[in-house]
Amino acid sequence: MAFALKAAAAASISASPAASTAGASSLSSVVPMRRASMGRVSFRGAAGPVVAIRAASVAAAAAVAEHKRSISGTFADLKEQGKVALVPFITAGDPDLATTAKALKILDACGSDVIELGVPYSDPLADGPVIQASATRALAKGTTFEDVISMVKEVVPQLSCPLALFTYYNPILKRGIPNFMTIVKEAGVQGLVVPDVPLEETDILRSEASKNNLELVLLTTPTTPKERMEKIAEASEGFIYLVSTVGVTGARTNVSTKVQSLLEEIKQATEKPVAVGFGVSTPEHVKQIAEWGADGVIVGSAMVRLLGEAASPEEGLKKLEELAKNLKSALP
Amino acid sequence: MAASGITTSSYPTTTAAAAAAAASSRPAAPTRSALRVPSAAVHRKRGSVAAAAMPPPKAVAGAEVASPATERANGAVAGLARPDAMGRFGKFGGKYVPETLMHALTQLEAAFHALATDHEFQKELDGILKDYVGRETPLYFAERLTEHYKRADGTGPMIYLKREDLNHTGAHKINNAVAQALLAKRLGKERIIAETGAGQHGVATATVCARFGMQCIIYMGAQDMERQALNVFRMRLLGAEVRAVHSGTATLKDATSEAIRDWVTNVENTHYILGSVAGPHPYPMMVREFHKVIGKETRRQAMDKWGGKPDVLVACVGGGSNAMGLFHEFVDDQDVRLIGVEAAGHGVDTDKHAATLTKGEVGVLHGSLSYLLQDDDGQVIEPHSISAGLDYPGVGPEHSFLKDIGRAEYDSVTDQEALDAFKRVSRLEGIIPALETSHALAYLEKLCPTLPDGVRVVVNCSGRGDKDVHTASKYLDV
Repeated sequence: MAFALKAAAAASISASPAASTAGASSLSSVVPMRRASMGRVSFRGAAGPVVAIRAASVAAAAAVAEHKRSISGTFADLKEQGKVALVPFITAGDPDLATTAKALKILDACGSDVIELGVPYSDPLADGPVIQASATRALAKGTTFEDVISMVKEVVPQLSCPLALFTYYNPILKRGIPNFMTIVKEAGVQGLVVPDVPLEETDILRSEASKNNLELVLLTTPTTPKERMEKIAEASEGFIYLVSTVGVTGARTNVSTKVQSLLEEIKQATEKPVAVGFGVSTPEHVKQIAEWGADGVIVGSAMVRLLGEAASPEEGLKKLEELAKNLKSALP
Repeated sequence: MAASGITTSSYPTTTAAAAAAAASSRPAAPTRSALRVPSAAVHRKRGSVAAAAMPPPKAVAGAEVASPATERANGAVAGLARPDAMGRFGKFGGKYVPETLMHALTQLEAAFHALATDHEFQKELDGILKDYVGRETPLYFAERLTEHYKRADGTGPMIYLKREDLNHTGAHKINNAVAQALLAKRLGKERIIAETGAGQHGVATATVCARFGMQCIIYMGAQDMERQALNVFRMRLLGAEVRAVHSGTATLKDATSEAIRDWVTNVENTHYILGSVAGPHPYPMMVREFHKVIGKETRRQAMDKWGGKPDVLVACVGGGSNAMGLFHEFVDDQDVRLIGVEAAGHGVDTDKHAATLTKGEVGVLHGSLSYLLQDDDGQVIEPHSISAGLDYPGVGPEHSFLKDIGRAEYDSVTDQEALDAFKRVSRLEGIIPALETSHALAYLEKLCPTLPDGVRVVVNCSGRGDKDVHTASKYLDV
């Protein structure tokens, strides 16, 4: 592998001005055992506000630090606490995998509840320009699936939140579905989002995923008819991914008010948690979506842009941390 | 049932019936051993029975060999549906698209099936195909090309060209574009998008949008826009907006991805006129149905000209629409050999080719499972061909199916071989073929020496080459 993960990650976190001295020095070692040993971790961000990360009660729920909770389990716990999940998305390998590893730890430390990690793909049909460009950059750097998995394997033990892999179908097919599932499970991944495999084609994916205790998250959209949405809700695992808008991924000025009625409809159909994504980028957005009754918010392009377009990886990580904290503090 | 029409009976049993009834003995009966799929049928006599099965030529374009048997439902033959209810040809095909598009695809499929029995729609489509597109297109005996392939002893195959290049806009692409535009009107969608590689599908789409007064946006790889500058101008002249796609390597693959993204975003008021037998179901089936008029006309014209069927059909394959259009009518005729010719670029053993069926592996691209040029990591590889229309890393799923069951053969020719054919056919027949078509014509060099005397080969002359003159001039010394 072309990077030294642990050393680099630790260096960056302590070097990051965002994590000020007291927090930073202990952060890299504390993160993995946070739930077990600390009720509350807080540190000062560069922007100033003190962000409380995780409530005290979380610690009790995770008595064993090594135990990775499932995505659905995470949502269930949050629901019990009256909380809404923050689900950030970043692309693996942009600007490089060492930075991705650091970003995962920072996102986790900032209180992310599930992290979606995008596997870069040559033809990302469901993605808008920001994530497309990010995947292109990652591939241009020579990022392979194997590299991504090695990085994940190293980082997952240091994370307290579960990781879901966001990947298009062809890289899965290329490895063979059962083989792929074994590989990602062994790397410590908890769930999968495959944006180009609709309900009709998910049977084989789901059965192979479930053999490995991987949760297969399905998407429903504003164009999905109600009956179909109900079937998707029934089949989806982990949570239901509600696409907020008719379109591809990418930040938008406003979140459609249609999301409110869509959420109501889904809630009538299922008890399962619903997270809203596509076009969600600001604290105002996530606050609004939480008020509409979502169980989680997914923020992708905004995060990806910060990391990918920063002058340096350090600057990107710093901005990522600010955004994650601001989003977290906007959520109940 | 109207000829050009969309019908869901993909398996015209007519042919089987006619062939079975038909009697035939080719004068100068050649040894058929070189034909890959020899069949008892070739030894039958052709004649009156088959002729009787032919209706008088209809005034409308593409009058088909009508028979009650043609009306069989939903393409099932010998227990094989093509495609099945899931849109699969064997294991190939399907719908691998973002959920946002699923409803639109379902709607599209329903509309397509409804229109297959809508006489008003069929009448309108037939009228436009005849008077606007200029169908039917001739089945032309290429006398000097035939002469060219004669052996020293004077024997050799007979070469015919199905002149799709004579269609309005200069290629077969308009058969599909015009039908889908009509379909979009019926769906109430006024905004049309399309992808284009060589620009022929883009021009066809821009043309029909002008004709029907619809908004038209064409996605085209920036590199292709350079290679096909003339077609870019044509599209703009016709009132279309041509959007350059810079992602990836800025060719057809990326233009297709961008068109799909546009569709995902604007699906509520937009119809995507996909230009090949690729993409998610129902496109591979629908586009095939809109092009099958090519094969239907060929069957009837062959019957008129020599009282039989063609022995060998040859067509170039990028996504595979002109090939499917020609082949489909004859898939059940086991005595008709089907050959698809892919672009070998600099050679199939280099990393610069577009020979998907020859060198690809099964994967998913642009909504369907099919052969695909991909690397060890499952990333799609950028193909190469001198012909922008063949420069595509995927292929229509039905071709993958026909390859796997051994019904069709696929081979490839290089850029250089295509250029040679481009020049050869220009000089021998006074027909400048498209560089795409030149691949099919180039394959005659390999094929003809293996064929017995008198074998009738029909090459789909899918497009005209005016658009390629600029590209060819860089390579050809004339």
